[in-house]
Amino acid sequence: MELSKLNLQKLKVGDIIFLDGTIYTARDQAHKRMAETIKKGKRLPLDLNGKIIYYCGPTPTPKGRAIGSCGPTTSSRMDAFTPLLLKKGLRGMIGKGRRSAEVRKAIKKYRGIYFLTYAGCGALLSKYVKKAKTITYKDLGPEAVYKLEVKNFPLIVCIDSKGRDLYKNLENR
Amino acid sequence: MREVNVRDIQKTVKDLCIKANVVLRPDILRALRSAFRLERNAKAKKILKALLENAAAAKRQKMAICQDTGMVAAYIETGEDTRIVGGSLENAINKGVAAAYRKGYFRKSVVKDPFIRINTKDNTPCVLYAKLIKGNRVKITISLRGFGSENKGKVKMFDPTASTGEIKNFIIGVVKDAGPDACPPYLIGVGIGGTLDKSAALAKEAILRSLNKRNKLLHIAKLEKELLSDINKLKIGPMGLGGKTTALGVNILAYPTHIAGMPVAVSIGCHATRNATKII
Repeated sequence: MELSKLNLQKLKVGDIIFLDGTIYTARDQAHKRMAETIKKGKRLPLDLNGKIIYYCGPTPTPKGRAIGSCGPTTSSRMDAFTPLLLKKGLRGMIGKGRRSAEVRKAIKKYRGIYFLTYAGCGALLSKYVKKAKTITYKDLGPEAVYKLEVKNFPLIVCIDSKGRDLYKNLENR
Repeated sequence: MREVNVRDIQKTVKDLCIKANVVLRPDILRALRSAFRLERNAKAKKILKALLENAAAAKRQKMAICQDTGMVAAYIETGEDTRIVGGSLENAINKGVAAAYRKGYFRKSVVKDPFIRINTKDNTPCVLYAKLIKGNRVKITISLRGFGSENKGKVKMFDPTASTGEIKNFIIGVVKDAGPDACPPYLIGVGIGGTLDKSAALAKEAILRSLNKRNKLLHIAKLEKELLSDINKLKIGPMGLGGKTTALGVNILAYPTHIAGMPVAVSIGCHATRNATKII
């Protein structure tokens, strides 16, 4: 499914899709930096508008491959920063595990979406990444922001744009 | 006195780091296959299939099973009749780790200072445990700690009068807290007894043990079985999508403790719990 043609707001919790298009990796330190930049009122090195962020820090790329092992990391560590990024136009997120009530509310408010992908399957997921390039925060090494071109990347809708959550029965205690 | 050169230890550490990162433990592979056969929930079955495909892809392409190639823990058990020669043991082990992470294209995830957080760029230092054993062999175990699951571990110091039920509830609670976040189906390691630190070390060692083995003490083996059954009733399932398999196994290790205490530590191992051992 081509990202540009995909109506994210029509997707429902539990839907499975296979994505074609461009996504960007960002994890803990990149989120911290982006949030600091926004709070200072400065311009981000990556325009978040309409983008999808993948919580992932890939391994180095072996020779002859597009990317190394590249599965999702635990999304909840990004919860504190997510509402701010959604406010700045971020459209969707890909990761693993639960999100906070605040994130759920912000997804509903800004009509965003949160996807899961196969957790702990970095070798398998690397098959669906056709190109990878670091575009900013290169000093962060594995935590740099990579631009990824993906094809048939498997996703499960975990929180849809109406705020419905696949994990609502597994709330944090 | 048998002499073992640190060069051989360095090479062994390197080989074990690569093996552990690329080849899924055979007992886990077997448990995942069996879970896949028995699962009736379509979503859970789909995830279990992906886990098996991932293990096959990693092995075939000599790629890391998971991008979180972990912080390395090295267990060196040296025979009392062995002399380590040729240099520093600790340096050799860290050199072996660095070589593996460079050669294997594994992610370097270690930062030098927990506050300043500058990457050491070679995944060292490892966490090192050394122990003296009988004989003249050197037994090396490498365990990779991915932090998605590492972050979910807990220790609780119970009163010595605590009931088995209270202890079971704590262990089940740790799994419930981890929920879908730490890559289920899990391998649960539990350490009971000793001191605060000993219980945590036991929980980690328990995870290294094969899923095919139960604790030799019958009352503890019984507890392992009961906990596995209770944990699977949580219905978290593969990737938290429900089904029969929340944990592949519960391994417990116990140790003598103090009259005033009952330390209990729980470590959550993900479905790609990675470790490898070699004796030289």
